[in-house]
Formats: sequence, C-alpha cells, structure tokens
Amino acid sequence: MDITRFISTHRKLLLVGFLVLILIFIITLPLYTGASDVRVLTTVLMYVVLAVSWAMFSGTTGYMSLAPAAFFGLGIYTMALLQKELPFFLIIPIGGLVAFAFALLIGLVTLRLKGIYFAIFTFGLVVFMTELVQFLETRLWGQHGQHITPIDNEILLYTMLGLVVVTVLATYFIRRSRYGLALLSIGGNEEAAEHMGINTTRTKVLIFAISSAFMGAAGVITAPGLIYVNANIAFSLFYSFMPILMAVFGGMGQLYGPVVGAVIFGYLEKTLRAQLYSYFMLGFGIILVAVILFLPNGIAGLVPTLQDKLGGLMARLRKGEQGEQHADT
Amino acid sequence: MAERILQLIIVGIFQGSVYGLLAMGLSLQYGVCRVLNITHGEFVMLGAVLTFTLSGLGINPLLAPVIIGPLLFGLGFLLQATLFRGLKAWAPSPAAFEGNALLAAFGVMYIIQYFARIQWGGRLMPSYYLADMVSFLGMDFVKNQFVTFAIALALGVAVYLFLSRSRMGRAIRATAEDPGTAGLMGVNTNMILAFSFGLGALLAGIAGTLVSMKTAASTSMGFSSTVIALIVVVLGGLGSIPGSFVAGILIGIVSMLVAGLWEPVLTVPVYYAMLMVLLLIRPTGILGKK
Repeated sequence: MDITRFISTHRKLLLVGFLVLILIFIITLPLYTGASDVRVLTTVLMYVVLAVSWAMFSGTTGYMSLAPAAFFGLGIYTMALLQKELPFFLIIPIGGLVAFAFALLIGLVTLRLKGIYFAIFTFGLVVFMTELVQFLETRLWGQHGQHITPIDNEILLYTMLGLVVVTVLATYFIRRSRYGLALLSIGGNEEAAEHMGINTTRTKVLIFAISSAFMGAAGVITAPGLIYVNANIAFSLFYSFMPILMAVFGGMGQLYGPVVGAVIFGYLEKTLRAQLYSYFMLGFGIILVAVILFLPNGIAGLVPTLQDKLGGLMARLRKGEQGEQHADT
Repeated sequence: MAERILQLIIVGIFQGSVYGLLAMGLSLQYGVCRVLNITHGEFVMLGAVLTFTLSGLGINPLLAPVIIGPLLFGLGFLLQATLFRGLKAWAPSPAAFEGNALLAAFGVMYIIQYFARIQWGGRLMPSYYLADMVSFLGMDFVKNQFVTFAIALALGVAVYLFLSRSRMGRAIRATAEDPGTAGLMGVNTNMILAFSFGLGALLAGIAGTLVSMKTAASTSMGFSSTVIALIVVVLGGLGSIPGSFVAGILIGIVSMLVAGLWEPVLTVPVYYAMLMVLLLIRPTGILGKK
C-alpha cells in the first residue's frame, strides 16, 4: 500500500527519473556493445522521430498524411547534395527547412479542403518525388544515385538522440499550447473549431510543416549510414508505412504511444526485415488492420482501461476485507 | 508531327478508358461506402496476375473476367461486410470512420500486396493478347487497344445505366446520399454497401485483365494503379461516375503526350501539377457537385 501511495504522489519525479535512466542507457551503450547494436539503436531512434512527428499532426487532427517518406527522403537528398559544401551539423536544420517549405506548399494547396483530398494528395507524393528526383538527377548530373561519405556511428547515434529529445519536447509543448488545443478541437469537430475563432487552415498548415521538418532532419541524420542512395531508396514507401504502423500501434492519444510503437517495431524491423521481408510486411499489414479494428487507441489506450480494471479489482478486494470485518463484529 | 500528335491522342483515349474504368470503381466505393479504398490498385494487380495464371491454363483473357470477376467481387464484398462495417459501427463520428477506414485500407493494401508477392514472386508475368499491329486511318495501332477500349467503354456505360436506371442502382444512390433515411425506406443498407464495394473491386479486377493484355503483370504494379486511380477520381470529382470516366480519358491523353513528346519519367509529376492547379481553382473536380 505504501508503494502505491509513493507512486501516485511522486509520479512526475519517477517519470523524469525513468527518462534520465533511459537517456543514460542510450548514451553509454557504445561503451559495452558493438557497432551493429549502435546502428540498430540509431534506426530505432529514427523511427521514434518519424512516428512522433507523424502523430503530432495526423494523430491529433485526423488528417491522414500517407507520405512521411517524401519529407524523410527530402532530408536524405539534402544531405547527399550538400555534404561537400557544408558541415554536417549545419545541414540538419537546412534539411528540416527544406522539408518545412515543401510541406508548407502542399499544406497550402490541400489543407484548406476536406481531409480526404489531403490523404489522396499525400498518397502519391512519394511516387511524385521519386520520379522527379530521378529526372533531375539524370538531367543535371547524368548519373543514378549519390554517394554519401560515412560518419562515425556514435556521432550519428548522439545526433539522432538529440533530435529525438527535440522532437519529443516540441510535441510536448505543442500539445500543451494553444495550437495543441486548436489541433485537438479540429480533430474533434472542425466546423465547431472554426466557429470558435480558430484559424483552422493556418493551424493545420503550420503544424503539418513543423512535423515534416522533423522528418526531414531525421533524413539528414540517417543518410550517412546508408552510404549510397538513389531516388528509390531515399523515397522508399517503407518509410511511409512504418511510422504510421508504429504510431497507430502505440496509440496516438498519448505522447508516449508512438514512442513505444517505434521502439517495438523499429527493433523488429532491424532484426527481421533482411531475412523475411515479404512475410514481415504481410504480418505488419495484418497487425495494422487488427490494431485499428480491436485497439483503436493503441497500446496507450489500454493503459487507462487496465487501470480501471485493476482499480476496480483492488476496490472490490478492499471492500471484501471490510465486509468480512463487518461480519466479524 | 501533327499525325504523331493525333496518334498519341487516340492511343491516349484508348489508354484513358482503362484509367476511367479503374477510377469508376474507386469513385463508387468512396461515394457510397465513404471508404477511400487505397487497396484498389491491389485488386487491379490481382486481376492482372490471375489473368496471367488463367492464360497459363489455356483460358482466353477475354473469358478470364468470368472467373476473376466473381472472385474479386466476393473479396470486396467480404471486406466491406466485415472490416469496414465493423469500423463504421465503432467509430464515434463519420470523420473518424473515414480516417480509420483509410488506415485499415492501408494495412489491407500491404496484406494483399505481400501475400501476392509470397504467392507469385516478383517476376514479370506477360500475357499479351492480340499484340500485333493493325493499320487504321493510315496510322499503326496495336489490336488490343481497340478491344480494351470497347470493353472499358461498354462497362462504363453499363455501370452508369445500372446506377441511374435500375432499382438496385437507385437504392445505391439513395444509400450514398443518406444511409439513415435509405434504411428507413426499406433499403438493406449494409447489403448495398457491401454490394457497391464488391462492384468496385470487380471493376478493378476487369481493369486489371485489360491492363494485362497490354503490359506485363507483376505483383508490384498495384501501387501505381492506385495513384492513377486516385488522381483521376479527384480530377473527375469525388463520387461522380461519369466524371471519373471523362477524367480518365483526359489523364490518358496527357500521359501519352508527356511520355511521347517529352519524358516518360515525368508523367506522374505532370499529373500532380494538374491536380494542384485543379485543387486551387475547382476543388470539386471537373464534373463534381458542390
């Protein structure tokens, strides 16, 4: 009983302590494992960025963006083209800005319309980017694909970790700000939100662009690990599918939902994908459909339900004890 | 030059009729069931791949739809009757249903695509039909282009007449307009929704058969078909059946002109440019209603 009381009174402190422990674990990981584990962890962190930033916009508003890969790939290509001219740490914000600008353009065209147009438009965006980049590449450089100079694995890990922290903090503060509330009310009932005086189009476009900027930055940091990219690798549909699956599986109502989903599936992807690609994608498709059908709020949605159930059970037990005491007297 | 452009336009119309057929099914599914079925292209892929399999058994591609049609109709019917009906029952609002249905369709797309890949592998499966040339109006055409055009046009007209004239078609339109009231008028709306979804899948399957006469089928062809169908549907107006057909032919002509006169890689970027312009000036599409 003391433990439950301790947990409930010091919840925030415990949470912060837990997060610090995870951070320490990630930072010290290279000390006691090999390069392959570091790479796995970097990929997992990349998926955390993609899933969290996807859920930042699509999870709250219900506007389904089906093209995280378009912005991610844009980041990869920014890195590939600028690596000789600028230092790595300068390219990260530039990649974010490029993705931000591109998302702004798309948002301005589609986001003032009904959500379905946005979904349709983003669905083919990856193909659009692939073909456009292919065309430009052959025309401008007369070559297929780009080579990227590798960067030390640990530097990539720490940079990606920094981006995760920035993304999660940004999402946290946006959720608490006026914009976060505006987004939620857009997701609930857009017409009502508009009548309350929210400039819905501006809010949607802005948050969509911000979430895309994080995807672009993640692309820049991922690029050196790939060594060689072409349009088909950078704008792979896979990078659109995985973040969506992760966010839906983890649950989009809570900030930690997409993180949990990204950690689970990022690890699975990195360990299983190479051997069993088709079965793996088939299984993930089945999981996605099953989660939407049976767990609409994802893993994070299970927590309050379980708390309710457990709480009820505890209360019943306690009541039972009291009942017995009454019977005794 | 003028003759070449004319030929490209005619071929574009032939090609576009298949796009129109593709988009019609999708438009029907969204217009009636409110499911933006991004699995649509995978049904096209199934149609094309099954046509190849059947032609290996000695069945003429023109007869293949007799087997493929009911099969895909059943698959679409089941999808709507189980998955999307369940989602609709549990969704708190129509907007939430559209979002969830979209994500579920996204999952189904991967299920079908990778099931097919496990089943048939990633190879090309050519089952060309009537691929020899014929001279028409002093220009050379491939024979199957006439066949596919005729079938697509006939099916398009048939579906249009079915929806506008028949009793069932009226029930479908009533359900699309207002499912609640249609249900009160004695329409079995769940059946109608499943039927419409199945019909859309059937049209996609036949379009797949038509595609396989001209180009080799493969298990990865579904995605690009979905992209084309989606663009055509928006251009024509979401939910408008004749609009889809008109926009399909337009996209067919544009694709042929871009590929023939400029650069084949740029067809999708050009579609996107068209889509952007249209969404800026007339978001309801060419023939769409407000």
